Amino acid sequence: MKFYIALLVMGILTQNFTLSKFLGICPFLGVSKKLNTALGMSAAVIFVMLLSTAATYPLNILLQKCGLEYLQTIVFILVIAALVQMVEIIMKKYMKPLYNSLGIYLPLITTNCAVLGVVILNIDNITGYAAYGFGFGHAMVNSFAAGAGFMLAMVLFAGVRSRLEAADIPKGLQGLPITLIAASIVSLSFLGFSGIVEGMGLM
Amino acid sequence: MAEKKKYNYCKELTKGFLRENPVLRLVLGTCPTLATSTSVVNGLGMGIAATIVLVCSNIAISALRKVIPSKARIPAYIVIIASFVTMVQMLVKAFVPALDESLGVFLPLIVVNCIILGRAEAFAGKNPVLVSAVDGLGMGIGFTAALFCMGTVREIIGAGTFLTGLDTMIGSSFKGFDFTGALSKIGLAPMTIFILPAGGFFVFGILMALANRLAEKKGMKKASLNGCEGCPHAAACGKRQEGEAK
Repeated sequence: MKFYIALLVMGILTQNFTLSKFLGICPFLGVSKKLNTALGMSAAVIFVMLLSTAATYPLNILLQKCGLEYLQTIVFILVIAALVQMVEIIMKKYMKPLYNSLGIYLPLITTNCAVLGVVILNIDNITGYAAYGFGFGHAMVNSFAAGAGFMLAMVLFAGVRSRLEAADIPKGLQGLPITLIAASIVSLSFLGFSGIVEGMGLM
Repeated sequence: MAEKKKYNYCKELTKGFLRENPVLRLVLGTCPTLATSTSVVNGLGMGIAATIVLVCSNIAISALRKVIPSKARIPAYIVIIASFVTMVQMLVKAFVPALDESLGVFLPLIVVNCIILGRAEAFAGKNPVLVSAVDGLGMGIGFTAALFCMGTVREIIGAGTFLTGLDTMIGSSFKGFDFTGALSKIGLAPMTIFILPAGGFFVFGILMALANRLAEKKGMKKASLNGCEGCPHAAACGKRQEGEAK
């Protein structure tokens, strides 16, 4: 149980996917202009992360049994892409309201490095956290935490950016540079959480 | 005919260096840029690995451009790119295990590097083989150069060293420069924050501002995320934001 909480805290705060692992920077910078877009995008990311972890974890066992671990990258990216496309089609047909709020972001996420990143990291964690018995449940919690961390970063950053729009920024820094510097300060604030997992005695 | 068009190979090669630098002008591949530029050697390793994949996938995609149906092109591109990434991954694991360890998850993640898919979509899918290879090489060198700049600033300020780790990577006797001793004599210590994620964002922001300034002087438009023509999702992304604005 403790390890589950540790995974959650790590994913959301200390090892935030976006702000300390640099995964999913493109949507973090590109889709964080408005709060509701940021929320929709990150909800879709959580959904796809959970879905692709659920699909790739058993696949990895199959690959290992056949001694084909080196095909990991190709198999995973294809499975994720196919899965996302399928979910999008099903959603469009049967769940119109959900599609309108969440589904429109799905094609953007297919080749998002955060999704493939969490899947590969989960597989790495099986050996990395072998002492804690990292298994399917842990992988799912880890994916959720990664997605939730992404959401937290997106929502916080959307707030920062809305303030930036009204600010008087030196001409040379306007646009992308000031956005990156603001991201640096948001990331700096997350450094304050370092050591929290060890401090709470979770690991 | 498009096939008979004369290509200026020199121009195609050099456009990736500055004018259309994938990182600083087109704002592509930001994730690996930020994550692997903690030291110069790391950044160079990532840049070279990505360049190899970029050149190979550009050649393969451009050679197959008449075979791949346009509706199924993105999955086809992804399979081609993923195959080359797997090859590079296995080569790096076999010959430069230290680099594999320090790049970690970002080595397989070259698959989803927007620069590669972006060049496939914007260039290799429409142009002949040789010029696509040249384009890939130029873009790869531009990416490596940007990583080198970021890595140099971050390593010198953040760790007080330059080119460390070269000995473990390629087995050379040259161990890189270490300024920490000289710095501590005048009472200075390296600013570790620059190798932490926050420093990465900061250095990238400043570099972007400098690149914008240079571009402005030459009368080109500023780099912005809306200007990411190369990204295969650019069209969808733009529409999404316009839709939100309405």
